[in-house]
Amino acid sequence: MSILEVENLSVSFKSYTDGFKEINHKVISSLSVALEAGEILAVVGASGSGKSLLAHAILGILPSNASISGSIKYKDEELTAARLATLRGKELALVPQSVNFLDPLMRVGSQVRTAANGGDAVSAQRKVFERYHLGKEVENMYPFQLSGGMARRTLLSTAMVSGAKVIIADEPTPGLDPVVIKEALSNFREFADNGCAVMLITHDIESALQIADKIAVFYAGTTVEIASVKDFVGKGEAIRHPYTKALWRALPQNEFIPIPGSQPHPSSLPSGCLFAPRCEMATPECEQAQPEMRELRDGMVRCIHAT
Amino acid sequence: MKSVRMVTLLVAICLISFLLVKNSPIDPIQAYIGADMLKVGPEQREKIAEYWGLDEPVIVQFFNWGSAVLAGDLGTSMIYRQPVIEVIGERFFNSLALMLSAWLLSGVVGFVMGVVAAMKKGTWIDRIIKWYCFTLASTPTFWMGLLVLMVFAVWLGWFPIGMGVPAGVLAEDVTLMDRIQHLILPVLTLSILGVANVALHTRQKLIDVMASDYVLFARARGEKGFVLFWRHGLRNVALPAITLQFAAFSELFGGAVLAEQVFSYPGLGQATVEAGLRGDVPLLLGLVIFSTIFVFVGNLLADLSYRVLDPRTREVRK
Repeated sequence: MSILEVENLSVSFKSYTDGFKEINHKVISSLSVALEAGEILAVVGASGSGKSLLAHAILGILPSNASISGSIKYKDEELTAARLATLRGKELALVPQSVNFLDPLMRVGSQVRTAANGGDAVSAQRKVFERYHLGKEVENMYPFQLSGGMARRTLLSTAMVSGAKVIIADEPTPGLDPVVIKEALSNFREFADNGCAVMLITHDIESALQIADKIAVFYAGTTVEIASVKDFVGKGEAIRHPYTKALWRALPQNEFIPIPGSQPHPSSLPSGCLFAPRCEMATPECEQAQPEMRELRDGMVRCIHAT
Repeated sequence: MKSVRMVTLLVAICLISFLLVKNSPIDPIQAYIGADMLKVGPEQREKIAEYWGLDEPVIVQFFNWGSAVLAGDLGTSMIYRQPVIEVIGERFFNSLALMLSAWLLSGVVGFVMGVVAAMKKGTWIDRIIKWYCFTLASTPTFWMGLLVLMVFAVWLGWFPIGMGVPAGVLAEDVTLMDRIQHLILPVLTLSILGVANVALHTRQKLIDVMASDYVLFARARGEKGFVLFWRHGLRNVALPAITLQFAAFSELFGGAVLAEQVFSYPGLGQATVEAGLRGDVPLLLGLVIFSTIFVFVGNLLADLSYRVLDPRTREVRK
């Protein structure tokens, strides 16, 4: 049973261009992912593919000009706005990207304490800090005094003290040195091993492969493939979607071949398969309609040619 | 560093205002003698000019005046026949009560208005506050003063029509209550106008804060409404508001000049207008120096408040 299930999610933004014309930008379209307890799901995609918005959509903190359709279920029950209000910060927690997500004028210890739910917040915060090797003096510091690694661990601490069952980590690794990255990732692994679920949103496929159980590949606002980490071996024969294959081949330790072209902007999406314009396997059929997500060899793929 | 800036600023201000006064059509001798001017012959005039050193070059006159000021002697006011320093001291006390009350009142009310408008952005209450602020930001002080005077003093008769104390009462019989009663209308005038600035700035700043990443994260942790504002909004928006309010000392002083004039309130502002109109050069120059210091201190406090209150500058110095 999935603890968190996103089905057919679409997110669009209203904006105004010259001449006050209202346009709808669809940034996420018909997206489906599921998160199991005890598992790390890595959502991998290039920047601008709508990964962060997925996190914000699940937590219901999208800006007011965003509209959302589809369904998000937590423990088999629809996550309505009212239900979200009671779960946010208690069962669902976000680990944001950078130190900018900490209040610049509040001591970090107090900020972590505000995330605690019931019980003795101070001792909970001290315990978590100790666990993440944050010295006693850190709780009295302001965010600007933290190093990148300390800030990361502080952000992680907010999720830890909340006792959440599901953690959504948004790009937790960029700008960190390899040692800190390794440490941060192992923290997530530990968290999942304790029976919680982690959604790790990242563009760093290499780090994702190290600790995740499943990989969801994101392209232009939707998932193109959901595969087990085990499929990412050798020349990538077990991988289903041409985009995932291309990503795998582009890694330096593999063939180091870049993919030509770039991801389409939400305002000019192709009518058929979103990847077709850059795909080697594309046929006229691909441009007819966007392929549905289908099951294939214990994974999911959004491609009519995949075998 | 700051004190060097203060000294250079004062010297520059003194020189400029001295030259301006010197080149203005004010004749110090005529201003001193007043209506008796007809009884004074040209020879006597020259004698007075010589006695006062008016026949010396301008720059020498400036140094004469400047060295006297440095020695603590601002001269004698011609209209009040009192040392300038005493006039300013007494007037300043009256003005201080007026400006301080208006400053506090407009700061607190303006801040609350800005916060309410930002938290209820786009609703009718936000629109009303914005409309009020924009309208008042373009309202002249003297006009508002007259309006307040008409409504509350003339039509309703709730407050005295002007001045600092009741007329025809001996100085020792004036109660604190009397003084407060005379203070209310000028304070009201200054406050009604003073809120606009703080309110609009606070509103915009709080809107920015509420759109920030850390507020987004706080929402993701389940915070909302008043708790969200209290934990993250208030501290981030109070800092610029306090700074702004200190920096508004100059506007406060400017506003007080006009309001005191309308209400015939015996403060510094009224003294400034009197000194200017009746050619009381020593008093005018004394007031210029004093108001410069006053505004400078306001800006200095704004600067210092930031250093003390903002942990980003405070903790670094430790």
